[in-house]
Amino acid sequence: MKVAYWPGCVSRGFTPELHGSMDKVAPLLDLELVELDRASCCGAGVIAEHNQELADTLNARTFALAQQVEGAELMMNICSTCQGAQTECQERLDANAEYRAHVNETLGEDGLTYEKGLTNKNLLWLLVEEIGLEELRSRVKRPLTDLRVGPFYGCYIVRPTDRLGIDEAKPRDTYLGQVIEALGGTVVDYAGAYKCCGFPIITMNKEVSLRQAGRHLGDAVAAAADCLVTPCPLCHLNLDLQQPLAERMVGSELRMPVLHLPQLLGLALGLEPQELGMQRHVVKPTSVIDWSTSVVGGVNGG
Amino acid sequence: MPEFTLRLRRYDPDAGEAPYWDEHTIELESHQSVLEGILQARARFDGSIGIRCSCRAAICGSCGVRINGQPALACHTHLDQAMTGARDGVIEVEPMGNMPVIKDLIVDMDAVHWAKIRRVTPWLINKEPIPEREYIVPHEAMVDVTQSMACIQCGACVSDCLSMEVDPLFIGPAALAKAYRFVGDPRDAQHFSRLKDLAEDPHGIYDCTHCFKCIEACPKGVAPMSQIMRLRRVAGRDHQIDDGNNGGRHERSFTNLVRDYGILWEAEVLPRSYGGDSRLAKLSPRAGGELLESLPVIAKALLRGKVTPKGVLKPHRLPKDDLKQIKRIYETIEGREAGERFELNLYISGYDEEQEGAGGATPDAASDAAQGGDGGQQGAEAGQPGQSPEGSPSR
Repeated sequence: MKVAYWPGCVSRGFTPELHGSMDKVAPLLDLELVELDRASCCGAGVIAEHNQELADTLNARTFALAQQVEGAELMMNICSTCQGAQTECQERLDANAEYRAHVNETLGEDGLTYEKGLTNKNLLWLLVEEIGLEELRSRVKRPLTDLRVGPFYGCYIVRPTDRLGIDEAKPRDTYLGQVIEALGGTVVDYAGAYKCCGFPIITMNKEVSLRQAGRHLGDAVAAAADCLVTPCPLCHLNLDLQQPLAERMVGSELRMPVLHLPQLLGLALGLEPQELGMQRHVVKPTSVIDWSTSVVGGVNGG
Repeated sequence: MPEFTLRLRRYDPDAGEAPYWDEHTIELESHQSVLEGILQARARFDGSIGIRCSCRAAICGSCGVRINGQPALACHTHLDQAMTGARDGVIEVEPMGNMPVIKDLIVDMDAVHWAKIRRVTPWLINKEPIPEREYIVPHEAMVDVTQSMACIQCGACVSDCLSMEVDPLFIGPAALAKAYRFVGDPRDAQHFSRLKDLAEDPHGIYDCTHCFKCIEACPKGVAPMSQIMRLRRVAGRDHQIDDGNNGGRHERSFTNLVRDYGILWEAEVLPRSYGGDSRLAKLSPRAGGELLESLPVIAKALLRGKVTPKGVLKPHRLPKDDLKQIKRIYETIEGREAGERFELNLYISGYDEEQEGAGGATPDAASDAAQGGDGGQQGAEAGQPGQSPEGSPSR
């Protein structure tokens, strides 16, 4: 399957292991990624906060570029926040022909046009809806037996449900659990799965931000999770990169590894932790790789 | 008549006993409400069940509760609808969150919700001189505040606010939506001081984490988070408020970094949010202090190869021609006069009819897209945004 691939900014910045692991996993899923390397930041809601039309136009440009990719069936992203911010803009663009024409007028100067009806799916949605869990299960080389994984969705990919097309027919807010199970792992039920990691206010109210991250990580520890998995690199920043500070804030040791979705996939599809950049995490994923001694050796100084 | 089992959370703080669950099976038509179910349980089985209600028609905002974990008005939730969310065939009803329980399903709205509403000066402060007769207000200005005026003060958004969960001092979604009602009203004389106050408060507009919980919770489509974003927009862009919480600077540096590089140069966001929108921001005392405090994290990130020195010092940027396009888009849109700004609010405009002749797209292209034409994207499927005009849009 050929997709117009939007990696986002963070996966090429502070979480390079996300972009890297997606690259490694794609061929194992027969995914051909055509990177949208001319597209701009989605704005993560911040540009929309500044100027809604600006955010809508920048994303309309991204959508227009995606629609130009020959033979691509859809646009795929690997960031909950991109999914949420882009879907919000797309909702406005698709809802109102007059507004769409207005935005297209700005894009028109560079010969670009967005046509209503782009399909833009996070890897998580694509896995379940396009590839299918049966197919995914059949490709598992190293089932994640006995690995207790807590899903951490990130707000932007689960709310608001009507905008994101979450309903009985497409229970997208259950997909992480379904994928974990398809990979042979055990889903851990804990309080934080659908909560906010706190990242959006890390520069504005650091204490509250870190307390949010610390609370969810602590809940996962209490539920005896071996690790968390998230489709959102911004959540990863607060949950992994900032975890030492979050530990200090909540006053307890957490040591909870947090995996990007393609990393968890990659492990089950037979890739080595090092190929998936797992040595780059701030919290070493020792509890993840204890499940197979052959894998433990693969991680730098693990 | 069908039977439904309700599992009610019971608690009497004065009794000195722990909260407990109480189950009652009631008989009602499935289109009747959870509130009617609770009232029947109280009438038939236990007169001590505490529930507050009045209008029973989703307008007074008295019967806010959590049904199967989700905030809702008990009078506005049909029993069959509640059953779809019942995990074990039993409809679970709890008091709202983030507020202390007075008894059973009744929470103390005064202590939290109303205190926060009062915090935002929830009345109009007249412009002087007061006109002899009525104020003349542009139609669009009043339409703009109708969404926040739709609030019925039920507290559902307060109940679910994730920021308030860890920061009880956060002014919160309902009160901030109320604040926009006056900031958006041209008759109000205190726009700047209202915004300055809410921007400077460490628990004000910049304490919201964008979690969308309040949008999901609101039974009236007020979308409190969208109103908070409007407050930020007016504070940061129109009034250029430089607040002590880095809110305005964060918004401006983020936006300008994307203008200059096309994609976000993350390493610069933090210093510029603290120190101002310049490459020299990291040398400012405020940014320096923060960077110093984050040093253990930065060092670890460098050590693990998560962040490379090159990545910190040299940004990713888009190819030159694309950057030019991005800059031009910025110039066009940011250059608009205040009156020319285009802000679409779907709560007001609604969705186009499903099969409208698309504005920008030619009929050919539109039908091509619908058929998944070769080379193009497949037609949007159900569940894509803008594809489901039924129901009232809530943003």
